Amino acid sequence: MALANVTLKSNKTTGSKMTKAKSSSKKSLALPKELLLQMHSLMVKSRVLEERLIKIYKAGEAYFWIGAPGEEAFGVPLGLLVDKGQGPAHDYLHLHYRGTPTLVAMGMPMIDSIRLIMNRATDTSTGGRNFSNHYCYPQWNVVPVSSPIEVQYGMAIGTAHVQRRTKGRGLSVVTGGDAGTAEGDFATCLIWASRPGAELPLLITVQNNKWGISTSYDTQHGETHVADRGKAFNIRTRVINGNDPIETYLALEEEMAYIRKNRKPVLLEAEVSRLYGHSSATGANLIPEKDCLLNFEKLLLQQGLLKEQQAKKIWSDFEEEARKAQETVRTEPPPTSESVWDHVYANGENADWRKF
Amino acid sequence: MASLTQAIRMALHYAEDNMQLRDVFGQDVGAPLGGVFTATQGLKTAWNTPLDERGIIGMATGIAMTGDRCVAEIQFADYIFNTIDLLKIAGNTHWVSNGNYTLPMVVMTPVGAGIRGSVYHSHSFDAWATRLAGWKVVMPSNALDAYGLMLSAIEDPNPVLYLKPKALMRVRGEDLIPGEPEDAKELKNMIDAPVVERERAKWKPKWPKLERYMVPIGQAKTTRAGRDITVVTYGRHVLMCNKVADDLAAEGKSVEVIDMRSLYPYDWQTIKASIQRTRRAVFVNEDTEVTNFGEHLAYRVTQELFYEIDAPPRVLAGKNLPGIGLHPNLEEHSVPQTSDIAICVREVLNEVP
Repeated sequence: MALANVTLKSNKTTGSKMTKAKSSSKKSLALPKELLLQMHSLMVKSRVLEERLIKIYKAGEAYFWIGAPGEEAFGVPLGLLVDKGQGPAHDYLHLHYRGTPTLVAMGMPMIDSIRLIMNRATDTSTGGRNFSNHYCYPQWNVVPVSSPIEVQYGMAIGTAHVQRRTKGRGLSVVTGGDAGTAEGDFATCLIWASRPGAELPLLITVQNNKWGISTSYDTQHGETHVADRGKAFNIRTRVINGNDPIETYLALEEEMAYIRKNRKPVLLEAEVSRLYGHSSATGANLIPEKDCLLNFEKLLLQQGLLKEQQAKKIWSDFEEEARKAQETVRTEPPPTSESVWDHVYANGENADWRKF
Repeated sequence: MASLTQAIRMALHYAEDNMQLRDVFGQDVGAPLGGVFTATQGLKTAWNTPLDERGIIGMATGIAMTGDRCVAEIQFADYIFNTIDLLKIAGNTHWVSNGNYTLPMVVMTPVGAGIRGSVYHSHSFDAWATRLAGWKVVMPSNALDAYGLMLSAIEDPNPVLYLKPKALMRVRGEDLIPGEPEDAKELKNMIDAPVVERERAKWKPKWPKLERYMVPIGQAKTTRAGRDITVVTYGRHVLMCNKVADDLAAEGKSVEVIDMRSLYPYDWQTIKASIQRTRRAVFVNEDTEVTNFGEHLAYRVTQELFYEIDAPPRVLAGKNLPGIGLHPNLEEHSVPQTSDIAICVREVLNEVP
């Protein structure tokens, strides 16, 4: 595990006017203690949950794992900052398959994620149909996560268009990886978000972990930053250290406030780690990259904001919660075979052509 | 009598006034052109998009995720192919989200040959469309159905693909749309924009007082009643099949023609009941013949009605070619013509069990 880099980098910015996040130091951590401790707790919860999902997969109790360990410093602040609710007055979330930290921060119970990976009938997101991290929460405007890694960029313009028309403060957020930005839908997102006179209240984010499964970013991308592509469309852009939860929180807070007020898009690139590889397809084993959570925890300990015993208890309490949740889910029924016909069409109409 | 184009335009206008239709969009859909076939002229909700089909489908999907109604246009079906995975996602969203999201979106696109459209303005999309589970697929053959199917498509909570038979876009209907003035010239003066660009800039439509009229999705229409054979078709081939039925009637042959109107879900009960009476069936469309939608219907006839029919069901479709050539000799040899249909129907009628 990489614990070396405790000093949190100051943010790099590109494009138009930026306010730099205050750099973390012993004297000031720029955010209130309660918020720092809340972020830490949620990051631990998300990490413990993801590691439980990996254990479930490795124990043969799930077919596949994909998730977000290493992205907690980006996902948790995002989840805390979204305006959670249903309908265009609230924020829409077009997440990719590394959304656990965001959902945990929004209040998703651990057991939901375990039901999803174990494909139980009780999985409300997909009814046992889809992979881990493919969440769907209509009550929070979390639209269905799908496996194609680019399509969410093209759909986010639709919810943002309605929010533009409704003239509230709601915005749409889209997340995705760096590899997916090579797809045309990323260009679609930039073009449609910046149509003159019809700019969209859209936070376009890229979590750049420098990998597309096994292909490195550096071998496929000539641009210095993905965010630089926004400049061509006069979109406000920003690159942040997504391994620093304080910098991320401050940057997201500022950019979301800008979007809510100005009803214009922002392209924000967060540099993040990928701690367990792409998915179970690449082994789901710990890889020695920068660990945002352990670094943050070390900082809080150094600052005296958190005590060692306290930290241990946070980890063990969540581990116990995850273990118990798994035990509960084991007792829950799988989807019935007949449920394949559920929800083919609204209200169960025309599900099976043999019965027309 | 309204043309099919005018009927679609009037339906969209009715829906923006009465059915919470908020967005009609696509390339050249808004002012000044109002669509390459002028089907969206004068609509207050119509707007132009970038030349980006994937963006158009993504936009429609996102709008539908909020529950708002929208109609998106892909200018020609020939250009819809790069969106097929997005169409697949729109079709599976309700299912994969365990019923959490419905997508009440309509995508309309002109299909088929018949206007000398050459390689990239002549594609069919019906066979592809019917493989998109989760979508409903409709195709009108006349103005009144075009109006009623559009309103049903907009009201439907599922994604609906509305295929426009481009060869019929200027064809006038035989039945009045409720609220439509009887005089075609009067209608033209009311809702067709002036051709001269300078005049068009100042022009505003005067919409007739239109009424709600729905053609239920999944309901076919028998356009010719007959006893000897059932011809099942849709789109522009309804007109050709009707002509064949009329021509053969003079020879004492009684041909029933069914206009499917909805490709999915399809009206199997009407088709089945007809074939049980006539004991012979031909399925006619212009998409390419290998893995053609008509093959599915013929398969179903074989499976469910094998012992009730007097001849093998036939599919008369477009030849399995990579495209439609521009010269009439090429186009007409690629997709079924009236004479081909007549020959096919005669052959099936002459089959001896």
